[in-house]
Amino acid sequence: MTTIESTWPAPAITTRPGLSHGWPRDGVTMGWDEHLALYGPMRASRRIPRGGDRALVDAVRQAGLRGRGGAWFPTHVKLAEVAAGASRSRPPIVVANGCEGDPASNKDHVLLGLAPHLVLDGIEFAARAVGATEAVICVHRDDMMADVLREAVDQRRPSGTVPAGAGPAGFPVRVAEVPDRYVASVDTSLVNFLNTGVARPLARDPRPSQRGVDGRPTLVDNVETLAHLALIARNGPGWFRARGTEDAPGTALITVGGPVRMPGVYEIDLGSPLGQPLRMAGGTDGPVRAVLVGGLGGRWLPLPAMGNVALTDPCLRAAGARLGIASLIPLPAHECGLATTASVLRYLADESAGQCGPCMFGLPAIADDMTRIADGTASPGLLNRLWSRLGVIPGRGACAHPDGAAGLAASALEVFAEDLSAHLAGTPCGAANDPYPLVGRP
Amino acid sequence: MTNPRHDSNTRVTQLRVAPIDCHAHGICAELLPEMISLDEWGYPLLEGGPVPPELIRTAQRAAAACPTLALKLVRSGPERHTHHRP
Repeated sequence: MTTIESTWPAPAITTRPGLSHGWPRDGVTMGWDEHLALYGPMRASRRIPRGGDRALVDAVRQAGLRGRGGAWFPTHVKLAEVAAGASRSRPPIVVANGCEGDPASNKDHVLLGLAPHLVLDGIEFAARAVGATEAVICVHRDDMMADVLREAVDQRRPSGTVPAGAGPAGFPVRVAEVPDRYVASVDTSLVNFLNTGVARPLARDPRPSQRGVDGRPTLVDNVETLAHLALIARNGPGWFRARGTEDAPGTALITVGGPVRMPGVYEIDLGSPLGQPLRMAGGTDGPVRAVLVGGLGGRWLPLPAMGNVALTDPCLRAAGARLGIASLIPLPAHECGLATTASVLRYLADESAGQCGPCMFGLPAIADDMTRIADGTASPGLLNRLWSRLGVIPGRGACAHPDGAAGLAASALEVFAEDLSAHLAGTPCGAANDPYPLVGRP
Repeated sequence: MTNPRHDSNTRVTQLRVAPIDCHAHGICAELLPEMISLDEWGYPLLEGGPVPPELIRTAQRAAAACPTLALKLVRSGPERHTHHRP
């Protein structure tokens, strides 16, 4: 049994029915027996139906499940596309994405560390839904997650202690260890890695659901999405929709980092006010002025002004942000938002795969511009040049990495507009030389 | 016999760049300045919208001249809007 308590704080476990209901509070991974005791058997036949299980796809559609990897794309659409693309020579395959490349997020780590069997159940149900007979779960190499998962996969083998009727035991799930880089967790990066060993994004077309691993229709889903799918398959769409809102049903795991009293991973109803996970995390430690929403490639929103915005992707988009990989990091009031953004932009530039010109050259350029602004050494035309760069970078890469960096920079210029004037006038704030350390948190 | 669904008027041709393949040779912008300019790093910025009929042939030449074949002309129309197979 692997103990994970030293690695991260246990998440706040909700007492209402939801994803984390009943999870251990001691940070110890739930084994197969504990998993069965909590959730019961899967009650699915061992035969994977050819062409997929339409009733299951329909249950996911009715539940309104959307992808928790950051895109919030309707999961049933992807399931249906993968199932439809199957043929005898190209059977579908499921790839569970547990790589969590954004350092601002820890939710997938916590999920896999506490309830790996729920994700493995989700993989098996997803395989049923699309008619896949094998699966791969991708996690970062150089951490203990691969060991946790291999142990869990072993526990489910028929030769082990699996009780009769415990589900399609023995379903082949391979654990793949992916380099710990930001863009390695893009869906096409995983396909590329599994095909060639190179964990860099591919062109958007064809999509993995059309042609992915070995040219087969490939379902790449985030591990939290799969965990929700496992519970929808067990409990039905109505159970799932009992949480969240009509338009954004269900719950979500969200990482709260930075200056809060209890940084960690929390489960919220989608549509909760932005301030709620901050309160669940014990509140902020001193006054804050803004919050980074959606990971390092996310957006700044001003606080307390935006404390009541609903945590759904559409609501956050209307507010100028996006939910992305659900993560909140407040910025203490005395910190410099521009210098902090400059340091994040430098990190994102360094994490470019270096394949697409607008990302390879554009991200270092906007990181330089933001650094000069933060330092108070910007030349008169620099702000205009930065805005025009921010206008041409998005949408021109193979993945959304450059879009995230450009969006972060633009949101910083808007949210920290008052500071911007002072910095441009050559009078940067006192914190400008000491950016708040977002990278590496929580 | 003409099928209205395949009438060329219902289809549009658009420019696309495969971002990983593009190595900023810049030939496309020389051959098709009406629709392609270059950013400060030499990578193409495409005019949105359909390629006008009088520029189709030039656009085809520009695509063929790309050393990495990164510039593509894609035809799309009402009958191809759906991602789903019939």
